[in-house]
Formats: sequence, C-alpha cells, structure tokens
Amino acid sequence: MIRALFEYQFLQHALLAAVLVSIICGLIGVIVVEKRLLMMSGGIAHTAYGGVGLGYLLGFEPILGAFFFAILAALGIGRIRRQGFARGETVISLFWSLGMALGVLFIGLMPGYPPALNSYLFGNILAVTRADLILTAVLTVVVLGLILVFFQHWKAFLFDDTFAAILGLPTAWLSYILLVLVAMTVVALIRVVGIILLLAMLAAPAAIASMFKISLAKRMLLATGVGLGISLAGLGLSYTLNLPSGAVMATLGALSFFLARLVMTILFRQKRKAGASDAPRRKERMR
Amino acid sequence: MLLSDNHRPPVLEITGLTVHYGDHAALSDVTMTVREGQYLGIIGPNGSGKSTLLKAILGQVTPTRGSVTVFGRPLSEALGQVSYVPQVADLDRSFPMSVREAVLTARISSRIRPFFRYSAEDQVLATELLERVGLANLARNPLTDLSGGEFQKVLIARALARQPRLLLLDEPTANVDTTSREQIYQLLGSLHDDITIIMVTHDMLAITSHVDSLACLNRQLVYHGGPQLDQQTVNRLYGCPIDLIAHGIPHRVLPEHKEENEHDPGLV
Repeated sequence: MIRALFEYQFLQHALLAAVLVSIICGLIGVIVVEKRLLMMSGGIAHTAYGGVGLGYLLGFEPILGAFFFAILAALGIGRIRRQGFARGETVISLFWSLGMALGVLFIGLMPGYPPALNSYLFGNILAVTRADLILTAVLTVVVLGLILVFFQHWKAFLFDDTFAAILGLPTAWLSYILLVLVAMTVVALIRVVGIILLLAMLAAPAAIASMFKISLAKRMLLATGVGLGISLAGLGLSYTLNLPSGAVMATLGALSFFLARLVMTILFRQKRKAGASDAPRRKERMR
Repeated sequence: MLLSDNHRPPVLEITGLTVHYGDHAALSDVTMTVREGQYLGIIGPNGSGKSTLLKAILGQVTPTRGSVTVFGRPLSEALGQVSYVPQVADLDRSFPMSVREAVLTARISSRIRPFFRYSAEDQVLATELLERVGLANLARNPLTDLSGGEFQKVLIARALARQPRLLLLDEPTANVDTTSREQIYQLLGSLHDDITIIMVTHDMLAITSHVDSLACLNRQLVYHGGPQLDQQTVNRLYGCPIDLIAHGIPHRVLPEHKEENEHDPGLV
C-alpha cells in the first residue's frame, strides 16, 4: 500500500483527509462528548442531507449545500433551544427528519436517474476530491484556530457557562460559535464517514480519551491520536480488502471504544483487588 | 452588623422585581435592600423563587417588571465586583480540569484576548485562596478526585479569586458532609467583614446561627429582618404541614420539627 500511496493521487487525498478529520474530531469530539452534544451533532449532520439534495437539484457542489444547511441547522437549533420554545430533544429530532426529508424531496424533483448518494450517506474516503480536501483543510484551520487562540476562554465557558457570563464573557456568542464549529466538523466528516456513520468517528476517539484523568488539552491531543489510528487503519483495511471505508472506520471506532472500556474495567478490578489484598499487609506493617 | 445600621451604603437594591416563566410568576413584586457588610441568608420552600432571585441579580433571567441595581448601577456595569458560587450539583465534576485551573478561570477578563495566559499574580492569588480553603495540597489534582465538600470549597475559592465586594451563594452546603459544612460556614463568617454575602440555603438551623439577617421568600418577600424567626413567619413562609425540602438529596430544614405538633418547628 505504501508504494500505491506514492503512485495514486486518490490515496494521497485519502491520507490527508484522514489526518485533517482526526484533528478536527480530536478537538470538537472532546467538547461534544463532554457537553453531551452528540445528538445535536447527529441532528446537524442529518439536516445537512437537505443541502446535499439541494446542491444536486440546483447544480452546485453538494458539499457546499451540506455546509450551509449544517450551519443553518446549528444556529436554528441553538436559537430555538435558547428561546425555550421547545425541548432540545424535540427540536433536534425535527431538524433531523426535516433535513433528510428535504434531501429526498430535492433528489425526487430532479429529472432523470437520481445520483449515487451513498458516498454522502456512508462516506468514501477513497473518493475524496481535491475540492473536498480544500474545504476540509479550511474547516480544520478555522476550528483549530478558534479553539487554540481562545483556549482558556473556551475552557472556562465549557466548565461553567453561568460563571463565564459573570466574568463578562459573551456566552451567547460562544454557544453559537461552538454550534457552528460542530457544524463545520460534521461537514468535514461527511465525505469521509458519511452522514449516517459520522457520530462514531466524532464520539469514539473522544470517549476513549475521556477514560484517562488528563487535562482538556491532553485529552484533545489523545483523541486526535486515537482518531488518526482509527482512520488510518480504516483507510488501509478498506483499500486492501476492498471494503466500504466509512463502514470500516465506524466499526473500528465503535470496537476500539468497547475494547478500551473492557481493558480499563479489567485494569480497575485488578487494581482494586491488589489494593484489597495489600490492606492486611499494610495493617501488619503499621503494627 | 446591626440591621438598624442604615448608614452603610446599599450594595444591592431590588425594586418591585417580578419574574415570569411563561404564565407562571416565579417572583412577584420583591423589594429589598442589602447593605455593605451584611451577611444575608435567603430561605424558602421549593419553588419559592430563591434561585430565580439569584439569577435575576446575576442578570441570568430578564425580569417582567422591576429593577436590580448593584452598587447603585445596573449589573452589567458592576460585574467586576460580583461573584457567584453555584450548587455543586449544577456542575460536572468530571470536567477535565485541575483544582488550580478551576480557581484560575475566575481571573479571565471580560475583554477577550487571544492566547490569554494567567499572570504570576493570578497564580499567587490562586495558591493563597486554595490555602485559605484548605486545599493547597490538592491544587494539581483533577476535579474528579474531589469530594462534594472539597469541590464546593474550590468553587468558593474560584468565586473569591474575582476579589468581589458582593458574593452570592446558591446552597453552598447542599450535598456536603457535616465537617465541610461547618468549615464552609466558618470561612464565610471570616469573609463578611470585607464582602457582602447573600446565601440561598435550606439549612435553617445553621443559617440562623451564622447570618446577621434573613430574607424569607415564597414568590413574594415574606420576611426580611434579623436571623431570629417567629412561628407566625415560619407558618406564612412554609404553610403547614411543613415538608422536608429536597434537591435530589433531602436537606435538613426543620430538624426540630415535632410529629405531634406540626405547627411547632421549634425554630425560635
């Protein structure tokens, strides 16, 4: 595969996409998992499908349609939740269904045979184009920049938004910006793992990193590393075994999480047992 | 501070404050003044609007009517002099942050600066405050290692790191063991010479022996005066029979409440 990597441009695109997506997932995934925004992310992702459909119908790049729909969904869900018109879960579910429905309707309105939409629904890292790559790179730079430059402010806001408001931080703006960052991450993931499978890539690396008692920055770094491992392994497996890449990555992500959880549980039990068996000896020594 | 001491300047002035959540009036026409150096406890049954009052003071809810001024100005102009301690249950203790970092967050200024770093003075202040609340040895530990009482002390240290003149606390002794509770009351007692304190609580026995004034809230202000309550006020505040109040874990509200005489909570 290494030789093929130098020969084929599509593999170079795939490799770069894997690196970029791992970075963006490492940063935003940790926040999404910590602030329990996974369902919100799913809602934004599925709403983006409406944009894909609109792109095909009107003849512009579908991923740009997905981008605008994702941003609108993030701001819409955020606004409705803040206004308290409806419960967050209700709003997310409605956006989720509405986006998918609009996508199907827009495609249905197209004359002739419908386009192949599998790569948007289930992703295909081996089909990432130069345009996709540029968009993903821009999104990664924006997300990385906004998180790193204002890292301490984000940390204070994420820990306690009420106290952040008392500090005078613009918490309403920070909430909306965070949702827009989630929307950007979702769009970056669509071409790699697809709308339906992207939650696994967003959640798994961050959830594995959250098993360790480390700082927020280290957790983000670890999640990036884990994400990179999953996406590169997924890329390698899907290329060599000719399997759908999105499904391979999502499966690897989920399995990695369960495996990590199992290992941590076994280690914790062993530690507890060791502690219990040491207790009489410690008592003895104290005497 | 004596309540009759009206010479001290007002720190907080609430006038005709009414707050609605939809059609439901959470607070109705509350008017009160808190003066410098006062240590005020706010009590009331569940749903009486205590937390809403704190939120209104902090600008977290928009009043339907009335006004709140802090140091004679709207809150937005006096934010730098106000600090707040939330309930431990409101925050996620598993958030990946060290004890020291949590205290330091209070030193972030409202003017957002790129690549903000805490100054050496901020670090010294955080160390001093952690020593003051008895947690200097845990400064590097993650928050997830702390007990409820220790976490509450971290939140108090964080609030103090703002170097406030007005400190608001929402149930600082809920979900806290007896030893920590006493330590927290002692700490607050040592602060109120310099800081005006307003504390919402259910812990009536403790509050009456620590605060110098009391406000009883049941959507309206039922009582505002000295820390000793008479039976009539308690009955007006809670109604009868008096219930134990719970926020997840039952609080000690009226521990001397007698079964045979539900109208005699034995408070006075």
